[in-house]
Amino acid sequence: MAVGKFPIEAGHIMMFARSIGDANEIYYDADYAKSTEPGAIIAPPTFVQSSAQFDPDYALRPKIGEEWFGSGKGPTGITKKKEGGGGGGNGGGLHAEQHYVYHRPLKAGDVLTAEAKAGKSWEKEGRRGGNLKFSESVIEYRNQDGELVVTATGVGVRTERPATTGDDK
Amino acid sequence: MTLKASELNVGDTYQEEVCNNLSRTQIVMYAGTSGDYNPLHTDDLFTTEIAGYPSVFAHGMLSMGMTGRMITNYVGDGRLTYYGVRFTAQVFPGATLTATAKVAEIREENGEQIVDLEISTIDQEGTEVIKGKASARLDP
Repeated sequence: MAVGKFPIEAGHIMMFARSIGDANEIYYDADYAKSTEPGAIIAPPTFVQSSAQFDPDYALRPKIGEEWFGSGKGPTGITKKKEGGGGGGNGGGLHAEQHYVYHRPLKAGDVLTAEAKAGKSWEKEGRRGGNLKFSESVIEYRNQDGELVVTATGVGVRTERPATTGDDK
Repeated sequence: MTLKASELNVGDTYQEEVCNNLSRTQIVMYAGTSGDYNPLHTDDLFTTEIAGYPSVFAHGMLSMGMTGRMITNYVGDGRLTYYGVRFTAQVFPGATLTATAKVAEIREENGEQIVDLEISTIDQEGTEVIKGKASARLDP
């Protein structure tokens, strides 16, 4: 993932805060935010995840004019090209871990860039999902002055079969 | 609210219920703001018939985000230096989640007081869905 321009917008922060059920006024009210220690509307700790909105190639967003693997009239919008290979396409990957290191506060008005660095990958035999393939990605978010704001390390896992809680105990 | 190192002890805990009877609509809201439109989270037809799960389930990042709200309510705004989790079980619609922070260590780093927290979020059955750590700057 690479994002050339990730504007940190107050309206986006407000909607993001609503979506995680966070009523903290620092995400909603610029006047209130002025009176706080950060002194401005800041982004919640997991906000940089929404840089996906600004990644032109992000796979988990329907693209204009392209088939989408979610349901339409049928359970998937992908036209079958050949038989077999059940799976969920992009839906087969799950999020296993997420880590953030915060270098400086992320404020409304900042404009970030995001650059991905390849991380480790490894395999493991899981109890629920069969063979598990893990892969790590490290994303560095920098602000308009080139300063490192957040380092985000994500670990994704691809499972052989759907892994749900307590399925095969 | 900010935490003071002088008033904090190893073993102290802080807890919040971070969602009650999680709605599918809340999951849709999170998809819309985060930009993660994976149909596994909002599209039951795809999720049951193509992906083979019993129903849609919440983004791990939604659980992490709701848990993060508990942490920032505890340590104060703009105080976090680290927050990391493992997603240990899926969260399905209807879940009620309780998030807990426990003080593991209070230490000094570059002249600042830092608290290390152990983070755990459990569902209504006591299953841990998030297991993680966070660190934050403290007042003296």
